[in-house]
Amino acid sequence: MRLKIIVTLSVLAGAILAWNLHRIFLQVPDEASQGAIFRIIYFHVPAAITSFTGFYIAMFTAVGYLIRRDLRLDSIAASINEVSLAFATITICTGSIWGRIIWGIWWTWDARLTSYFVCLLIYFGYFMLRRAIDDPTTRARLSAVLSIFACVDIVLVWKSIEWFRTQHPGPVLEIRGGGGMAPGMESPLWWNFLAFLMLATALVLIRTRQEAMRLEIDALRRYANAF
Amino acid sequence: MKFLRQTLAIAAKDLRSEIRGKEAVNASVSFALVILLLFSFAFDLEPAVIREIAGGLLWLIFAFAGTLILNRSFARELVNDCLDALLASPVSGAQLFFGKCLANYVLIVIVEGISLPFFVIFYDVIPQRLALLFLVMLLGTWGITVIGTMFSAMTVNLRLRELMLPTLIYPMLIPALIGAIELSRVLITGAPLADSLFWFRVLVAFNVIFTILALALVEIVLVG
Repeated sequence: MRLKIIVTLSVLAGAILAWNLHRIFLQVPDEASQGAIFRIIYFHVPAAITSFTGFYIAMFTAVGYLIRRDLRLDSIAASINEVSLAFATITICTGSIWGRIIWGIWWTWDARLTSYFVCLLIYFGYFMLRRAIDDPTTRARLSAVLSIFACVDIVLVWKSIEWFRTQHPGPVLEIRGGGGMAPGMESPLWWNFLAFLMLATALVLIRTRQEAMRLEIDALRRYANAF
Repeated sequence: MKFLRQTLAIAAKDLRSEIRGKEAVNASVSFALVILLLFSFAFDLEPAVIREIAGGLLWLIFAFAGTLILNRSFARELVNDCLDALLASPVSGAQLFFGKCLANYVLIVIVEGISLPFFVIFYDVIPQRLALLFLVMLLGTWGITVIGTMFSAMTVNLRLRELMLPTLIYPMLIPALIGAIELSRVLITGAPLADSLFWFRVLVAFNVIFTILALALVEIVLVG
C-alpha cells in the first residue's frame, strides 16, 4: 500500500512538473523588468512554502509524540524536518541565483536570506542533536522539544529580521497582500507547489520507512547485545 | 510561595557553589577580556565608527562569555550523580530550571558588569544613556539565560555538550540579540530612541514567550 502511494505521488508530481516546465519556459512570457530570470519564482516560492509547511507539520507531529509517546510519530517528525530542510536549501540556492542576476551578488544580509539562513542553522542543530543521542526515547523527547522551540523562534526570527533590514522584493502574490501576477503567470506557481507537496510527501514516506527499519535494527542489536 | 522558596534555594545553592569555586565566572571574565583584545586586532576603525558598532561588539562579548557560564550550569551536577539526586528531591523540574536560570542570570550580569567598564576604557566609548543601557542589558541577558539554561538541560548528558550548546543557542537567540544590539547602538551613540522603541517590545515578547515555553517543557526534558 505504502509503495503504491509513493509511486502514485511521484508519477503525478513528475507529470505536473513536466507539464509545468513546458508552460513556464515556452508559454509564459518574460517579465517586463527582470526578463527570463523571473521564472525562478516558480521554484523558489513553492519550495519556500513547502519547507515552512513541513516544519510546522513536523512540530505538530512532535507535539503528538509528546502526548502519545509513540516512536513512529518521532520518525515521521524527523523525516518531515529532513525533507523540509532539503526544500529550504533549494529556496536559499534559487534565491541566491536570482540575487546574482538581479542584484549582482550571490549573497547579501537581506531579511529573507538571513532568516532562511538562521532557519537552516536551527534545523542543522536539530539533526546534530539527533545524531548525538543514542537512546531512541531520549532522542525523540529532546528533538520534539527542540522542534517546538524552533517553530516558535522561526516566527520571531522572520519578523525581527524583516524589521531590521530588507532588500528582498515585497509580497508579489495577492494572498500576501501583493499586487498579484498577470493572469496565466500565477497558476504554474500553484501547480508547482502542488507537485512539490506531492514529491515531499513521497520523500517523507520513504524516509519514514527507513527510520522505522533503523529503529528495528537498533532494537535487534540491543537484543543481541543483551545475550 | 513554596515554588518561590524552593526556586530561590536552588539559585542560592548554585550561587554559593560558584562563589566558592569561581570556576565559571573567572573563565567567563577572562574570555570576555580576550575577546576585547582580539577586537582591537580585528578592527582598526575611527572612533565614530567604533561607537556605531559598539552595540554589536558588546553583545558578541556577552553572548560568547555567557555561554561558558551556561555550559557549566547543569554539567556541574553530573559529578557524584547530583542531577539525579536533585530530580529525586521534592523539587519540580520547573523549580530546578527556574532556580538555575536565576543563578545563571546573576552570574552573567556580574560578568557583563565587569566587562562593560573595560570596554568603555579600551575603546573610549562612553554610553550616552547609561541607565537605559543597563535596562537593555538586563532584558537581553534574561533572553540569553532562559534559552541557554534550557538547552544546557537538554545537552547535559551528551558527549559533545560543549560544542552542541553554542551551535544550538546562537541561531535561537537571533531575535533577542538583534533587538539588544539595535537598542544598545542607539543608547551608546545617543541617536533618537523613538524609532527603536519597538525593539523593547521584541525583547520583552521574546523573554515572556520563551520563559513560559521553557517552564512548560522543562519537565519533559529533565524527567521524561
